[in-house]
Amino acid sequence: MTLYLFYFLSFLAILCGLMVILEKNPVHSVLYLVITFFAIAGHYILLNAQFLAAVHVIVYAGAIMVLFLFVIMFLNLNKETEPHKSIAVKIAAVISAGLLLIIMVGALKETNQLPQPSVTNADIGLVKNLGKVLFREFLLPFEIASILFLAAMVGAVMLGKKEIK
Amino acid sequence: MSSIQSVHINLYILLSTVLFCIGVLGVLFRRNAIIILMSVELMLNAVNLLLVAFSSYWNDAAGQVFVFFVMVVAAAEVAVGLAILITIYRNTKSTDIDILNKLKN
Repeated sequence: MTLYLFYFLSFLAILCGLMVILEKNPVHSVLYLVITFFAIAGHYILLNAQFLAAVHVIVYAGAIMVLFLFVIMFLNLNKETEPHKSIAVKIAAVISAGLLLIIMVGALKETNQLPQPSVTNADIGLVKNLGKVLFREFLLPFEIASILFLAAMVGAVMLGKKEIK
Repeated sequence: MSSIQSVHINLYILLSTVLFCIGVLGVLFRRNAIIILMSVELMLNAVNLLLVAFSSYWNDAAGQVFVFFVMVVAAAEVAVGLAILITIYRNTKSTDIDILNKLKN
């Protein structure tokens, strides 16, 4: 049962991921990317990372995708105006990405096979456990992340506002 | 009951690799800067998925905490990236990356 769910969600994620880059209209690309993110959130739930799945849906499908959609509407890009790359560049791109895939899968084949875990702890994805780890072992990175956000916010506002002549 | 017990870890590595390569393909394939930013998001998500899979495999919450930090960096990157994109659009009236070649000549 879990295996079938895994295959279904993987198929959905890969198909919609491909549609993101093949779709001509940027709005459709954003919507396909939202479906991909929901499939990945389903994977998180299957892996017992419930809190992370909720955060993933809120942050990615909620905030980041709305930001993308807002910019597309703001710049009025919701039509197929994009000029295309030459066919040679497209073939080169497909060959490069395919070679990367083949090399990584080939490297995976050569590694030692990990055994299936005998015992798993279902509680590590809960808020209680994650909070303990986050605020004990990772307190300094957490505080630095807040500074990064502040810098990003100031930077975005400075870049976004009109220049004063 | 976690899916890591019934799904082999190699399948998760394979799925993440495929998603990452789709992201790489998107960056190389398209000229629209917004689609390129979305492809970068796809690559970050492939890595996040693998981090969660290994965190579940080794029963270690540190992997899942690391995913939080990746999300933080991704959110900051998108905010600044889209602000730069709007500035570029204001100056060139286009989001095509192939016209941004002033440094080349």
